[in-house]
Amino acid sequence: MTGPIDVPAVDWAGLLPITSLVVGAVLALLAAAMVPGRLVERVAPAFTLSVALVSMGGSVALWQRLGDDAPFATIGGAVAVDRFGAFVALAVAAAIVLSTLLAPGWLRPRGHSGVELYVLLLLSGAGGVVLAMANDLVVLFLGLEILSISLYVLAGYDVARRGAREAALKYFVLGGFSSAFLLYGIALLYGATGTTNLGRMGDFLAGNLPRQQGLLLAGLALLMVGLAFKVAAVPFHNWAPDVYQGSPPPVTAFMASAAKAAGFAGILRLLVTTFAPLQVDWRPVVWVLALASLVLGSVLAIVQDDVRRMLAYSSIGHVGFILLGVYAGSARGVGGSLFYLAAYTFMVVGSFGVVTVLSTPGGDDDRHPLSTYRGLAARRPLLAGAFTILLLAQAGVPFTSGFVAKFVVIGAAVEEGTYVLAVVAMLTSVISASMYLRIVLTMYLVDPDPRAARIAVPAGAAVCLALAVGVTVLAGFVPSAALDAARDAMPVLLGSP
Amino acid sequence: MSDFLRSYLTVAIFGGAAVALVAISLGLARVLRPNRPSAQKLLNYESGVDPVGSGYSQDQVRYYLFALLFVMFDVEALFIFPWAVRLEVYGLFGLVEMAIFIFILTLGLVYAWRKGVLRWA
Repeated sequence: MTGPIDVPAVDWAGLLPITSLVVGAVLALLAAAMVPGRLVERVAPAFTLSVALVSMGGSVALWQRLGDDAPFATIGGAVAVDRFGAFVALAVAAAIVLSTLLAPGWLRPRGHSGVELYVLLLLSGAGGVVLAMANDLVVLFLGLEILSISLYVLAGYDVARRGAREAALKYFVLGGFSSAFLLYGIALLYGATGTTNLGRMGDFLAGNLPRQQGLLLAGLALLMVGLAFKVAAVPFHNWAPDVYQGSPPPVTAFMASAAKAAGFAGILRLLVTTFAPLQVDWRPVVWVLALASLVLGSVLAIVQDDVRRMLAYSSIGHVGFILLGVYAGSARGVGGSLFYLAAYTFMVVGSFGVVTVLSTPGGDDDRHPLSTYRGLAARRPLLAGAFTILLLAQAGVPFTSGFVAKFVVIGAAVEEGTYVLAVVAMLTSVISASMYLRIVLTMYLVDPDPRAARIAVPAGAAVCLALAVGVTVLAGFVPSAALDAARDAMPVLLGSP
Repeated sequence: MSDFLRSYLTVAIFGGAAVALVAISLGLARVLRPNRPSAQKLLNYESGVDPVGSGYSQDQVRYYLFALLFVMFDVEALFIFPWAVRLEVYGLFGLVEMAIFIFILTLGLVYAWRKGVLRWA
């Protein structure tokens, strides 16, 4: 019999962004099961917020520590501890904070009790952070599944409603399908390179490109299908409008921000580090994905009547912009994509925050037509003002974070010589601006419906909106700090020690 | 074509033969057989007895929760057996890991129990 096994070294401080979320979720679930009465339910939002803040604290501490230390891989090279992971973990935790602020005001009028929504938000966020910090394809898949399975349940949280059931089932079936693609891609890549570790795979590809590349390219393509589905890039976007429409708006907010950030983290880490030697091969793929997302997202958004569907298609358009940065693959491009993801987190959660406030319980939850916004400026000037700023930011109006983000990714794409993509990006941002302006005009120029009920803005939603608008404007005026941070967060290949 | 791919050729030929066999036998039967449907012939077949009620009925699906709980213990056993066989090798580290693993799984059971899943009503 051999001696004791070698226990891999674990850097617990580096894992704090993940472990805090998981432990928080487990504790909340335990408390909900053991403590009688409604006490747990009442403190759940505050608890979730503090857990997310601990995770953010862990990420910030990690960021500062990595200013001195070199990035490294821990747990036997399975998890990457670098500034890239810390940056995405911060964005995911911010999405948890903002969505949690929205949740109570949505749950209470609909008679939902229990803490499951908060637990699932935390677990899903933990999965997202695992995905962002994965340095091994198996860990990447694990993170993606933890993220997705929680999201499937969250999408159907309002299970009594028809639209929610449709959303959950569609997301689950298509999501399961795309996971299978991803897994098969991992298997093929293992066959081609003999490892699932991203560092070793990158070293192998940099040293010796196999002459028979079929297996390698097929694996990479399948991997891209799985991740492109998660971020809803055209042509893998079909689920997004229905799911965004049917899910509870606070969940949709989380889905559009955290899940997208995590999915792009996976794409960026894979393409920019491990598969950098194959740039010639993956660039055309990203080019087509970006172009299709930009065009379809903006054009189809115009013809929608449901505001949630409009925002869903516009988020597909934003995926196109973020893919511009991926295409560039340079420090500037990756930084631009990361900045875009962080800025978009606040824009989209804020927008769906307004949707949350304006959805009324009952059968109306299945529909959210543009007419809901008629004369909002006269009824709730502050709410209309906040939504206007968030929409203009998504359109890319100067002095908002949206402008800076679009400017950087288009600049990075031009630097790499793809003028077509840059021109298309600018044209489509004009097209989608007309959609955003349509909502703004409905709020300001159409008279309100005199029979409409009074709109109540819950305190949590108000704080969330204030945060979203504040960050969006602040990052528009003084973007340099966030931009520098995003550029510092370039992922690096963490080979075996 | 590489040797690697050629070895898959067998699979492709076998698959083609399987599809062809079914297509030929069903297709031949369709061409050769006479077709005179009647109301009696189109009835649902229930062991020769006249069918009662509709062919579609709903089933109780509340077993699925028990099935889920069973899967939980199944996975637990799957991990415990190899660990128990090599207990000394894994040492204290393995003990703590397994304790955490069982704790989290038990938590799921406790949650299900408190939510009234184990009550058959």
